[in-house]
Amino acid sequence: MDGSDIGLWGVPLAMLAGAIRVSTPFIFVSLGECLTERSGRINLGLEGTLMMGAMSAYGTALLSGSPWLGVLVAAFVGLLLGALHAALCQLPKVNDIATGIGLMLFGTGLAFFLGKPYIQPKAPNLGALDLGAWSSIPQVQQALQVNPLFLIGIALAFALAWALKNTRWGLIVRLAGESVDAALAIGASVGRVRLMATAVGGAFAGIGGAFLSLYYPGSWNEGLSSGQGLMAVALVIFARWDPIRCLWASLLFGAAGAISPALQSVGVTQGYYLFSAAPYVLTLALMIATCSPARSVRGAPAELGAVK
Amino acid sequence: MTAPSLELIGFTKRFGAMAALDDVSVKIEAGAFHALLGENGAGKSTLVKCAMGYYAADQGQILLNEREVTIAHPRQAHELGLGMVYQHFTLVPNMTVLENFVLSRGDLPAVIDWAAERRALKAFFETTPFTVPVDMAVADLAAGQKQKGEILRQLYLKRNLLILDEPTSVLTPDEADEVLTTLKKLTTDGLITIVTITHKFREVNTYCDAVTVLRRGQLIGTKPTRELDNDRMAEMMVGRRETRTVVERETRAPGKVVLKLEGLSVADNVGQRAIEELALEIRAGEIVGVAGVSGNGQRELVETLAGQRDHEAGRMLVHGEVYTATRPEMIRHKIACLPEEPLRNACVADMSVAENIALRSFDQPPSSPDGIRLRRSPMRETARKLIEAYKVKTPGPDAAIRGLSGGNVQRAVLARELSSEGDLLIVANPCFGLDFAAVAEIRARIVQARNRGAAVLLVSEDLDEILQLSDRIVVMFDGRLALQTDSASADVGAIGRAMAGH
Repeated sequence: MDGSDIGLWGVPLAMLAGAIRVSTPFIFVSLGECLTERSGRINLGLEGTLMMGAMSAYGTALLSGSPWLGVLVAAFVGLLLGALHAALCQLPKVNDIATGIGLMLFGTGLAFFLGKPYIQPKAPNLGALDLGAWSSIPQVQQALQVNPLFLIGIALAFALAWALKNTRWGLIVRLAGESVDAALAIGASVGRVRLMATAVGGAFAGIGGAFLSLYYPGSWNEGLSSGQGLMAVALVIFARWDPIRCLWASLLFGAAGAISPALQSVGVTQGYYLFSAAPYVLTLALMIATCSPARSVRGAPAELGAVK
Repeated sequence: MTAPSLELIGFTKRFGAMAALDDVSVKIEAGAFHALLGENGAGKSTLVKCAMGYYAADQGQILLNEREVTIAHPRQAHELGLGMVYQHFTLVPNMTVLENFVLSRGDLPAVIDWAAERRALKAFFETTPFTVPVDMAVADLAAGQKQKGEILRQLYLKRNLLILDEPTSVLTPDEADEVLTTLKKLTTDGLITIVTITHKFREVNTYCDAVTVLRRGQLIGTKPTRELDNDRMAEMMVGRRETRTVVERETRAPGKVVLKLEGLSVADNVGQRAIEELALEIRAGEIVGVAGVSGNGQRELVETLAGQRDHEAGRMLVHGEVYTATRPEMIRHKIACLPEEPLRNACVADMSVAENIALRSFDQPPSSPDGIRLRRSPMRETARKLIEAYKVKTPGPDAAIRGLSGGNVQRAVLARELSSEGDLLIVANPCFGLDFAAVAEIRARIVQARNRGAAVLLVSEDLDEILQLSDRIVVMFDGRLALQTDSASADVGAIGRAMAGH
């Protein structure tokens, strides 16, 4: 029995590793969606933003040789897409949901179109910090290879939670999401607040996309996101619009996404595709468990989903 | 803080052709607890909204502490120390009391020092007669605490003239007493002046120094409360009425019981009891008028009967059978319903007039031979006949009903509901917002249905309408029947007192 054989312990370890790796895009997208929704706006287009972020980050890294410049560009692209969504939603008689779905299709389509040349070449990777160097077990070392973006995501969750509670800006974002009347009464411009919140939320999603193409899975292809941008919307509801809970929920989703490869690694090959569906099943189950026709979900911003 | 005096002089406000206020003048002394009394639509809300700058009055002058001021915008009113507390809550439910108070101040630093703000608010609460939990989310507060929070916020913002719009309508009598007692103390201490809109005589008698009564936009008078008793106030509020203008009606003895409500209890949208163990019988060939100030459970009653709301306890019987407001039951028992705001409650706004008229019968012959296929031409034919019979003004049967005027929507729905010769007709505020001719015609149709032998439940905020049409009158107050009387022997004063909870 050599040091690398740790038997069934491999499953929880692989899920931990998966939670760290797979959850990062969820963290960024859900924080972006959380911020957007707290301002009273829904952005279903973050799936498209995620893809555009992934593509632009990959392309930038490839051309410039700097993956971190790619992350910056992805954030900027996300910012623009978010601002576009917010600007469209402010036009009279425009519906958040329809615009969001339109931008989702637009973002993914545009990413496929512009990203064609980047499918083959290999861009530089973001790299990882070896936080598992203390262990002699290779699986542990591998599981604890942590990308800096994961740590930034955690910091961002706490920073966002703090800002929403303690800063003027955060309170006004929340007020815009809770009561347009009250926001107007203190002289805040609801439109501008939502524009900024949606744009910054888009930037977060763009960074999530950069993680996908530049770290894990670490390449650019059209099946990269597999709906993570949409699942993040469900995740925000499950997290009751709280950034810290978004973080935990993202880790949970990441772990669920890692079930299937983890089981495979210990030799369970039956039902591989069934286990791959775990995050989607989880999404559905959470939606059913947390939604009820009799009461609205506690914590939901009051202006959210108001179709005007 | 010292209480200011407020004088409103010669206020006139027209909405279209209707004068909501006609040359109304009120003087409110410094430190007074002043009541504005009147029926729905008397102009009380319009008057205070003009004073607060929500409406621009056509004419009118405001003196604050005997100096003339202009108030064109609510923010100007706030700067002058005028604050308003509404029937509905304006505190943001998903934020804590502290967050709500600090946010409404408007002058926030970039980063808020919550510890200091909390200390400041707690110190402020030391000086107020009642408090609310500082760190609790407003959504978790009981209705009474929310209303206290609304009032405290006005004080926190240094407003010293408070206008309360039916402040106790969401409170239990005990909560109302607690809030009003403490407010009363603030006025007697000379700290604030209060104007309160109310329908409740008990509160006026107990707490208010002076009463101003409005009726149909006219000032009836301002009197110190001690010079008034309930009868006098009721008379000022509802006036001396002509008991009956002419609507032809056959005198007939009522027939069998058609609708029977037994111990019916219904919750409102926030889960509080809107109707408490209501018992009521309506017989064939009689109109039972339900009078009352809006918000005493009438809306919930109509919604329950129309199948738009579930009841919590009790049961409804139609022709002696349990009725649960399903479509087959409505068809079997021939139940017709004309709810208030028919465009919203009884129509699909974007469908055509013909389709809306067919809503009750589209799945039965001749509109549908088998319940699956629809035949347009019989639908359109029926619609055309009814449009003519009920004089609905529409570009044609295929025009969207949204485009019709309020009276014509009302006529179209009435045509649909009455064409089935129903046994039970439920009508709510059928003439609200309609012109004189339409009112007369719709009332005549309702009486015709009664003459034909239908049982009619008429819910109305318009006391004249109730007096004019009903065979029997009941008054709803706080979800219960406060009074039942034959309309022939009805005492208007007693009805007015029952509407005000006496």
